Amino acid sequence: MPRSRLQRFWSGYGGYVLGFVSLVVIWHVAAVFVVGSVLFPPPVVVYRKAIVLIRNGVLFEHLSASIQRILAGFLAGSLLGIPIGLVMGSFRPARKVLEPYTEFLRFIPSVAMITVAVIWFGIGEASKIFLIIYTTIFIVILNTAAGVSAIAPNKIRAAEALGASRAQIFCHVALPATVPYILTGMRLAMANSFTTIVAAELIAANEGLGKMLWDGRMFMLVDDIFVSLVTLGLLGFVVDRMFRWSIYAFAGKYSPAT
Amino acid sequence: MALVSFHDVRKTYRSLQGVDYSAVEHFDLEIEAGEFFCLLGPSGCGKTTVLKMLAGFEAPSAGEILMDDRPVTGASRDRGVVFQGDDSLYGWLTAVENVEFGLRMRRVPRSERRRRALEFLDLVGLAGQADKYPSELSGGMKQRIQLARALVNEPKMLLMDEPFAALDAQTRALMQVELASIWQAARTTVLFITHDIDEAVTLGGRIGVMRAGPRSQVKGVVEVSLNGARSRTDDTFLRYYKQVYEMIRDEVATSIARSA
Ligand SMILES: Nc1ncnc2c1ncn2[C@@H]1O[C@H](COP(=O)(O)OP(=O)(O)OP(=O)(O)O)[C@@H](O)[C@H]1O
Ligand SMILES: [Mg+2]
Repeated sequence: MPRSRLQRFWSGYGGYVLGFVSLVVIWHVAAVFVVGSVLFPPPVVVYRKAIVLIRNGVLFEHLSASIQRILAGFLAGSLLGIPIGLVMGSFRPARKVLEPYTEFLRFIPSVAMITVAVIWFGIGEASKIFLIIYTTIFIVILNTAAGVSAIAPNKIRAAEALGASRAQIFCHVALPATVPYILTGMRLAMANSFTTIVAAELIAANEGLGKMLWDGRMFMLVDDIFVSLVTLGLLGFVVDRMFRWSIYAFAGKYSPAT
Repeated sequence: MALVSFHDVRKTYRSLQGVDYSAVEHFDLEIEAGEFFCLLGPSGCGKTTVLKMLAGFEAPSAGEILMDDRPVTGASRDRGVVFQGDDSLYGWLTAVENVEFGLRMRRVPRSERRRRALEFLDLVGLAGQADKYPSELSGGMKQRIQLARALVNEPKMLLMDEPFAALDAQTRALMQVELASIWQAARTTVLFITHDIDEAVTLGGRIGVMRAGPRSQVKGVVEVSLNGARSRTDDTFLRYYKQVYEMIRDEVATSIARSA
């Protein structure tokens, strides 16, 4: 018997739907029956507030500010990190020289760099983008370099025996073999970028989801705080899904099966 | 004049504890142009070591290896390699793209290289699998791709490291028959490594038997004069099998005793 579309939907996404519905239900029960305070608004209230903030454009303004910063910093950080990671993984002397940088700087959390970033670049876009680059670059470098050293030596040897030059091996073997590691690094970096951007906007920004949280605290706009929090959660979820989907769609063949 | 010759070759590995281990020492071997040479030996005796040095992946610690009278200094497309496992295939390329890799590196035009790659895929019996990725292919198919990838590049010599060892008995027997007929047609020089006497007698023109390591050498060479299709039930086949078996029996026993 062929399965109906509904059945297929349920077996594919049923768990998700159930999970999200239960999250909202538990939130509602906790807010209305357990806590019962204006400091913990139930989902309906947050939803209504969100509609208002969407209508008057405030939410979009904050959201797009945060997204733009994340995207700019994340792309710049990845574009810098990938070649550095490839070089570090491929050439031992380069690794020796660059390791002090990566091994030292990656232990200084980007949140700790906020003050310096603001002093250097002011509270405008530059400081946020600097911080996201800082967050992204080390994760991407380390994953890329690890990917290069994980290449099976026989892949390189086979290329040598087929007449490939060193430069060709780099472009046609080392780079594609490392793609899954690069993408994993980027995915992790994206998750960390969320933490960084909120922290940075909390401290110094004129708009953004972090600024929205801060204003909420200053002016006791609890509903606004919750709208910001839910937006962050949804945004992260959607971006991560998109990342996974595009890995699957465009880079599935680069998965490390062989 | 031999195509390949090993003169007094030694290969010493240093373990992580700093202990030296000479896999082969005073190793001599000559391979003639156009022959199918099987190198047989117990596990761990240094067969792969010999192949890696001839391929140019690793330099000998002493002695020299000549091909066409010139010392081997590094990998080259003169020597095509089929590896022991399947980790040398490129998982992000389809079967036909894997096969045309060498041609692409030499900048053979796209349509030309595709045509030749398909020709060799057909030769190894994989014409219908051209657009599949290695992860979608069986172990036997992957070894055929490796073979086609090496052959399409027209090497002077083919080095094969236990290419069928991981396959089931039926597939292996089938692959041996196919390899024999491909070799009959192409007549490329082959160094074929195996630990399977039956496989060596089935395929080899000459069979070199190695001693147990360390400091392994070629103990002796058996010339096989069986023409055409070789049958395991044939008396002559069995006589060669026995001859080789008697040479290798003690080496296997020694090898097991030493690694115990
Ligand atoms: N890179 C290495 N470092 C240290 N020792 C090595 C290295 N490669 C091989 N050896 C040692 O050299 C010896 C010969 O190894 P080799 O791989 O050539 O054996 P083999 O005959 O191919 O064995 P098998 O039939 O199991 O493939 C072994 O004792 C092995 O431990
Ligand atoms: Mg081996």
